Amino acid sequence: MKIRLNGEAKNVDATTVSSLIVELGLETRMLAVERNLEVVPRSQYETTALCEGDRIEVVHMIGGG
Amino acid sequence: MIDFTEEQIERYSRHIILPEVGAEGQSKLLESKVFMIGAGGLGSPVAYYLAAAGVGTIGIADADVVDMSNLQRQIIHNQDRIGMPKVESARETMQALNPDVKVNTYNYFITEDNVREIIRDYDLIIDGCDNFPTRFLVNDACYFEKKPLISGAMFRFEGQVATFKPHQQKGAPCYRCLYPEPPPAGLVPSCSEAGILGALAGAVGTIQAVEAVKELLGIGDSLAGKLMVFDALRMEWKKLKLHKDPACPLCGENPTITDLSTYEQACELKFGE
Repeated sequence: MKIRLNGEAKNVDATTVSSLIVELGLETRMLAVERNLEVVPRSQYETTALCEGDRIEVVHMIGGG
Repeated sequence: MIDFTEEQIERYSRHIILPEVGAEGQSKLLESKVFMIGAGGLGSPVAYYLAAAGVGTIGIADADVVDMSNLQRQIIHNQDRIGMPKVESARETMQALNPDVKVNTYNYFITEDNVREIIRDYDLIIDGCDNFPTRFLVNDACYFEKKPLISGAMFRFEGQVATFKPHQQKGAPCYRCLYPEPPPAGLVPSCSEAGILGALAGAVGTIQAVEAVKELLGIGDSLAGKLMVFDALRMEWKKLKLHKDPACPLCGENPTITDLSTYEQACELKFGE
């Protein structure tokens, strides 16, 4: 499936946010996932399906002040 | 409503002339109490603008002293204040700008033992601290004390701002709905290890200050349920929608965090000393 990941076109096998994280090898404790300008709650990664053309961005947990 | 002095009418005239603020709104600001965590990169612009705006009481907590390496971004301090507690330096700058403002200083760390009692006295809490344990502690304390929280963070060229008031709006998220738990120790480099673009602190902190004034006045759209993400290299602000996580360990349907002592244990396990 074709999605836009962090602003760039990408072909992925994943069909859910959860499987996308596995496919990309992301450390979930350090990030949030944004799908089409909405942050997906962590407990809903498995039930959130990806759709063709989705814009997915990784939001990094930052803590500086 | 407060009886303004002539000097106050002149000082706040550009606020008073705004229909959304007016004399009533300015009076409200003068009677408001805001607590700021951190007198650093974010605390500098936030405290500076809130003092300028005439927020009547501003509490500011920071255990650090001013260091030369702070001055690249922490504009409430200056070279003559090196070695001085940051909260004292901040108070001097704020009161030189606006003697109307009462500044309460807390020259020590915010901990699970003191945070609830401190924030109880304030209307609004602003987080601009520099570490994750404090961010989670402040979020949890604000949830239990039912205080609105405007949280700001930055790193290298990126900034994030969000307002959390899960106690006020049904379905409004807390910080843990976004990030459920602190990251493992050692995975997160600090500003001193990773660097930060100095002016980014102004961009992020002034957004926090704007939202603080709006929250105090109750005007416009609140940032509750939104996350502003700023990418300085792309020069792009994005406003993301945040949802309450029904599985949130704090404000979800079956919370596992019911007081701050739970937090303390979790942090000791994850962070150690």
